[in-house]
Amino acid sequence: MEPVLKVSGVAAAYRKNPVLEDVSFAVAPGTLTAIVGPNGAGKSTLLKVLLDLHPRLTGEVEFFGTTYRRAKERVGYVPQRNSVDWDFPACALDVVLMGLYRRIGWLKWPRREHKERAMEALARMGMAEYAKRQISQLSGGQQQRVFLARALVQDADLYLLDEPLAGVDAATERAVMDTLKTLRENGKTVLVVHHDLQTVEDYFDHVLLLNRTVIAHGPAKEAFSRENVIRAYGGALRWLGERTG
Amino acid sequence: MMQALSHNAQWVLLATFLLGMAAGVTGCLAYWKRQSLMSDALSHAALPGVVIGFALAGYKSLPAMLIGAAASALAGAVLVHRIRAGSRVKEDAAMGIVLSVFFGLGIMLLTMANRMPGGRQSGLDGFLFGQAAAMVQSDVQVMAAVAMLAILTVLISFKEWKLFLFDPDFARGLGLPGKWMNAVYLAILVTVIVTGIQAAGVVMMAALLIMPAVSARYWTDSFGRMAALSALFGGAAGGAGTLASLWGEGWPTGPLIVIAAAALFLVSLVFGLRKGLLLPLIRRQLAKRRLKGSALAGRSGLPERGSLS
Repeated sequence: MEPVLKVSGVAAAYRKNPVLEDVSFAVAPGTLTAIVGPNGAGKSTLLKVLLDLHPRLTGEVEFFGTTYRRAKERVGYVPQRNSVDWDFPACALDVVLMGLYRRIGWLKWPRREHKERAMEALARMGMAEYAKRQISQLSGGQQQRVFLARALVQDADLYLLDEPLAGVDAATERAVMDTLKTLRENGKTVLVVHHDLQTVEDYFDHVLLLNRTVIAHGPAKEAFSRENVIRAYGGALRWLGERTG
Repeated sequence: MMQALSHNAQWVLLATFLLGMAAGVTGCLAYWKRQSLMSDALSHAALPGVVIGFALAGYKSLPAMLIGAAASALAGAVLVHRIRAGSRVKEDAAMGIVLSVFFGLGIMLLTMANRMPGGRQSGLDGFLFGQAAAMVQSDVQVMAAVAMLAILTVLISFKEWKLFLFDPDFARGLGLPGKWMNAVYLAILVTVIVTGIQAAGVVMMAALLIMPAVSARYWTDSFGRMAALSALFGGAAGGAGTLASLWGEGWPTGPLIVIAAAALFLVSLVFGLRKGLLLPLIRRQLAKRRLKGSALAGRSGLPERGSLS
């Protein structure tokens, strides 16, 4: 099957420090992939480069066989929770509605049907009763669920999520993972920057190990091997010994 | 009261009210772009352009001076951007540099103009602290029209501003062109500043852009209501300051506008319904009373007083 996302030879830098070098991989449709790697490995930068939010020095990126610009509508993005100011005067429903802005049309006002769709997405994330709550009054996990609901209403075919499970409560973690698995069952493709090595194999069917370049990529059982993880993280990994020993 | 004002004064009052509204709305955008200080830097940066416009025209031609003001304010904006992108200087420091250098240059040029023979430059000082009463009807009409245009521009793309200010990365993912939004924002900001400096002055103009938005934040958790309130506060401050300066005959308008805006800010700071200082105090008192009440009502059911706190 044609890959949903094809990345070849991508490099990127912050000021003059290289962050990504020769990153190449292809993502098959209907997969749920974890992007894993140590701090500073360039995981978030990779997502930003894919979405043209950070300049790409070299390399090619193809979404659904074309450029990101042309495939924008089929790609949903959930940024890191701390990338926005939650003190912004808006309620949860306002934020979810933003996911529908293109469908509503520029310079047009949301109609009842849009509000209903946004409410449905909030309900799917177990957030219906918080729809009118000011977003700064939500817990971290609830804010994350609002972000995910905003991505859901986009009705994209490929979702890119940046650390959706960072610092959230257990209930949110379950809600997020259930949602992602449902998306996959519906034929969508999901790519998640993930930080918790313990849960990688339980949650994801594919793994992309990243440390400035791709260390390993493939089905979780093969790619997420002990050697590969050590290669990605260097020596600083006591938990592996604990798990296997 | 309106009878006491001349026909021209009534126009001036209406125009400064509209200008205040435009500044309030624009300030709301600046507030969430974290660029409140940028409006201060740009209004100070407009001064050299005013004097150069005057010098080039050879007389106090308002169009020439306003075009000059817009050009030098934009040059200031470009310079802030260049300094930040091209060096390790942070944005706030870059704004500080541009503000002081442009303002210093403006004062220098103004002093030179004031020493020129003849009286054509008289009244140029009004651009420092604002002289609303000195405006003639045609100035005032232009000012009112421009202010309404700025308000309308923000109003029709309100939903887009909300998205762009809250989450610019996500906005780009939806196809909202960030570059255009930034350009429109800068254009509105410079337009409001340039049309406002005659009435409010380059030194005080920023207060009209900053304080109404900050005050409005104390009253509401909705972006729409915040922008509307900010417009109302800006309009009230602009109108009140102008009224006071018209009555005072010869009083500079800018400082009076600032005082009015500051008074609104103080009221908001204390009484604001969402973030005001008074509200938590009242809530705490009510909660205490309720706890006491329930403790008295069901004293037997509660183990100890200490467990309440």
